[in-house]
Amino acid sequence: MAKTHVDAIVVGAGWAGSIMAKELTEAGLSVVMLERGSERTTPVEGAYPESIDELRGAVRKRLFQNLSQSTVTIRNTMDQTALPYRQLAAFLPGEGVGGAGLHWSGVHFRVAPEDLRLRSSVIERYGEKFIPEGMNLQDYGVTYEELEPFFDKAEKVFGTSGEAYKVQGKIVGNGNVFSPDRSDNFPLPAMKDTFSASIFRDAASNAGYHPYALPAANASRQYTNTYGCQMGPCNFCGYCSGYDCYLDSKASPNVNILPVLRQDPGFTLIPNAHVLRVNLDSTKTKATGVTYLDTKTRKETSLSADLVILGAFQFNNIHLMLVSGIGKPYDPLSNTGTIGRNFVYQTITSSRVWLPSSSYTNQFVGAGGAGVAIDDFNSMNFDHGPLGFVGGSPVWVNQAGTKPIAAATGAGGGGTPRWGSAYKDALINTYKHSLGIDAHGSNMAYRDVYLDLDPTWKDVYGQPLLRMTFTWKDNDIRMNQYVVSRIEPVARAMGATKMNLVHLDAGQPFDTRNYQTTHLGGGAIMGENPQTSALNRYLQSWDVSNVFVIGSNAFPQGMGYNPTGMVAALAYWAAHHIRTTYLKSPGPLVKA
Amino acid sequence: MKWPLFVACILGLGISARAEAQDADRTTLEKGRYLATASDCAACHSIHGKPEYSGGVSFSLPMGKIYSTNITPDPEHGIGRYTETQFGQALRQGIRRDGSTLYPAMPFPSYARMTDSDIHALFVYFRNGVQAVHVSAPKNEIPWPLSIRWPLTFWRWAFAPTPHHAIARTAGEFTDPQLARGAYLVEGPAHCGACHSPRAITMQEKALTAHDGSLYLAGGAMVDGWTPPSLRQENRAGLGRWSEDDIVSFLKTGRAGTGSVFGSMTSAVLHGTQKLTDDDLHAIAHYLKSLPAADRTQTPWMYDPTVTDQLHKADLSPRGARIYVDHCAACHRTDGRGYPDVFPPLAGNPVMMQDDPASLVHIVQKGASLPAMATAPSSITMPAFSPGLTDQQIADVVTFIRHAWGNNASAVSAEDVRTLSKNMPPPEMADGTLSLN
Repeated sequence: MAKTHVDAIVVGAGWAGSIMAKELTEAGLSVVMLERGSERTTPVEGAYPESIDELRGAVRKRLFQNLSQSTVTIRNTMDQTALPYRQLAAFLPGEGVGGAGLHWSGVHFRVAPEDLRLRSSVIERYGEKFIPEGMNLQDYGVTYEELEPFFDKAEKVFGTSGEAYKVQGKIVGNGNVFSPDRSDNFPLPAMKDTFSASIFRDAASNAGYHPYALPAANASRQYTNTYGCQMGPCNFCGYCSGYDCYLDSKASPNVNILPVLRQDPGFTLIPNAHVLRVNLDSTKTKATGVTYLDTKTRKETSLSADLVILGAFQFNNIHLMLVSGIGKPYDPLSNTGTIGRNFVYQTITSSRVWLPSSSYTNQFVGAGGAGVAIDDFNSMNFDHGPLGFVGGSPVWVNQAGTKPIAAATGAGGGGTPRWGSAYKDALINTYKHSLGIDAHGSNMAYRDVYLDLDPTWKDVYGQPLLRMTFTWKDNDIRMNQYVVSRIEPVARAMGATKMNLVHLDAGQPFDTRNYQTTHLGGGAIMGENPQTSALNRYLQSWDVSNVFVIGSNAFPQGMGYNPTGMVAALAYWAAHHIRTTYLKSPGPLVKA
Repeated sequence: MKWPLFVACILGLGISARAEAQDADRTTLEKGRYLATASDCAACHSIHGKPEYSGGVSFSLPMGKIYSTNITPDPEHGIGRYTETQFGQALRQGIRRDGSTLYPAMPFPSYARMTDSDIHALFVYFRNGVQAVHVSAPKNEIPWPLSIRWPLTFWRWAFAPTPHHAIARTAGEFTDPQLARGAYLVEGPAHCGACHSPRAITMQEKALTAHDGSLYLAGGAMVDGWTPPSLRQENRAGLGRWSEDDIVSFLKTGRAGTGSVFGSMTSAVLHGTQKLTDDDLHAIAHYLKSLPAADRTQTPWMYDPTVTDQLHKADLSPRGARIYVDHCAACHRTDGRGYPDVFPPLAGNPVMMQDDPASLVHIVQKGASLPAMATAPSSITMPAFSPGLTDQQIADVVTFIRHAWGNNASAVSAEDVRTLSKNMPPPEMADGTLSLN
């Protein structure tokens, strides 16, 4: 602990940080991982039954960021004044060892290959004029074929359950027909369909769509991963998102990587260490280390390192880059600069369908990553030409388990009374006989949607808060409306007695008060051009070559899929190139 | 030109001879380190967070509290002034450098059978491979006249074997080299019998070797709240249905398809057995498999699906079934089979069928945590259910699992649970060294 110089510093103890720390210690480096939140070990935090206390967990946000210490400010448009996000609602960043990787639900996707080259793909099919004015549509600069070995590696660490479609060019199963070729099968068979998922599977199939089992980092069987870490099998208890799994069934850094990392003498984890800045040399092209604050003692410590990995949550990575002076801040007026550019989200709406009282969906049953999806309206899998928008949505029934307080507060939906016997009837009917269908859509990047430092508000440490300028744009609203309209006939075929189909309305602004998703992205994106991306294709800063920034911050667009699988693959991809190329000859991996 | 060459050759020979001697010393030292691990010296002489082997671990005996000694090479407080002969006498005969007798908490009746060459290696290791620590262990807290040591000498004369006799006894048991190696490790350095063999009223182990009769390793009395089970071939409460591989996996990783380590044994696996070579672990397992059942009344366990069928039909009428489904079945499953290697089975698990329910009750009360092992880094944890469950509820659920799935052990009453809660193990479970992942 008294070390003042280490080979590598990793900021953040979530998936990105833990993967990087594991890879770098394997390469023989001494690694210090700094986590601003508290230590979290599953035997303690995941102890049953305390771990599934909904009031303490999802309601009082046990595993999430403490907004009284630091937060972001939010506004919809550039002419507004942003105000601090004071109550967790629209998105829920994690805090503590494991980060968002401890409280996630476990949906573990790869990527739709064309999403990695969305700009090129759209231009090839529809011409450059198809791209709306003000949309900063970009390619990642990396292909699916290049990332495939790292998706495979991540799945074997996560213990991912799923059903493949194509392995090494051969059709092997009833998986997603739109999914690309795989070098190997999933390490575990798919999770079983809940009743709700199975009737969606039938109805979608009858409608001519192509249903498949969601790939889930919820273990369908007991599993020992590539590091020797063990997982128990999921029992569909429903306490995934917002909780640490007491069965060790849901993959998390805490279950799947940290047990082995903690045994490595080259690895040190320091919790309660809030990184204030990455220190740069006088040329601003080389990081010398970081300065962090011990949040318990309020003592500042500077640690020097040859390599700095930013693996914090998406917007915290951007914040650290901005307060440290890494790269040029984005300016929306001139559309120049890269840090804060292409801030993206996802366009998600959740609809509810009620079935006859003879059909029991039992909403208390569930698993965060389990379900049945269709990709017929995702990515470039359908003809956007006549529709006139870019992007798409997978659609799924992902019965993750509705907890009692959530059930009681959500109740009947769609105008049912909030008290009395009618409320109780609706509550019971919804809990027993309803199901949710989500349109889990992409979100494009726009010139006037971005991140920068707030001119007014500061965090408890005296640093300016990060400011989000974000709202829904016409392209994404129309995409969402189209996909939701496709849900209706499927729901009818499932025997719906009542439907509450939810979509965005034209002109509807982003509303921070309702939970939508924690899948924030972009802001320090990867790409091939240092004028339009903060990071090169290896997630290395164009400007400070010994800083790598790992996370969904690298996504140029918000994709329809959940981001964790992509983040994990990008981490292994970046680590591979650090290990095989960078460490032998430190410096830019791509010439600017 | 010839002379310098000659001199160089002589010098070269001298250097290589010295290098060989150094290699030999290194080999001996490493052998000593391995034997110290196999003998689990650290379990009693090291405290987590304090210098290795500096002693101070307390043992509560009926007559008072004693503390383990500093066995680092410190001349004043440790064993720095011991000659190899004195070191051997302490280990094998329980005789201190000053001639007085050690408390038999030190398992010298087991160590008595260690060979001269192993004693030599241990001596080399403790003199040259361990950092001297200048600290004295706390004074024993035994009131006079019980603190007088000379009666211990009579105990030693009466019950401890001479090294000569012990070595011959263990070495003469088996001709098969693997069994012989297993016997040597189990009866000697690993001193398994110290906990797993019954003791007489005068505290000596009733049997010290396989050839001393069927009481050897037939299960011991409660230590720190845990009742060591029989390691012999009883079908239900012994190792009769554990394969050699199950035993090896258990000793190497603390977990096997048939059960997981808990209680005081956790530290023995953590500090000791997980570091043994696979050959030695197989020798130990092979030897244990050769010990016939002491209790021949145990009918072979057969899986009985009656309770499983009831639970699958949501019939929770058996006493304790409801508690089982609410608190236990998520991991151990309604069929009691658990998920092998992760969550241990309860169906057919010997711990369920021990006569003494102490270990089982204490696991339910206090929970249990598998620490991270070198080859199995996951710390699988069962939470504590006391005070969440009442004594009656714990009695009901323990009785339920002792009867279900073909298990046939006696019922446990709330009174039993209440009594057992008085000697609950310390919160750190074994020795406070459990690293929680």
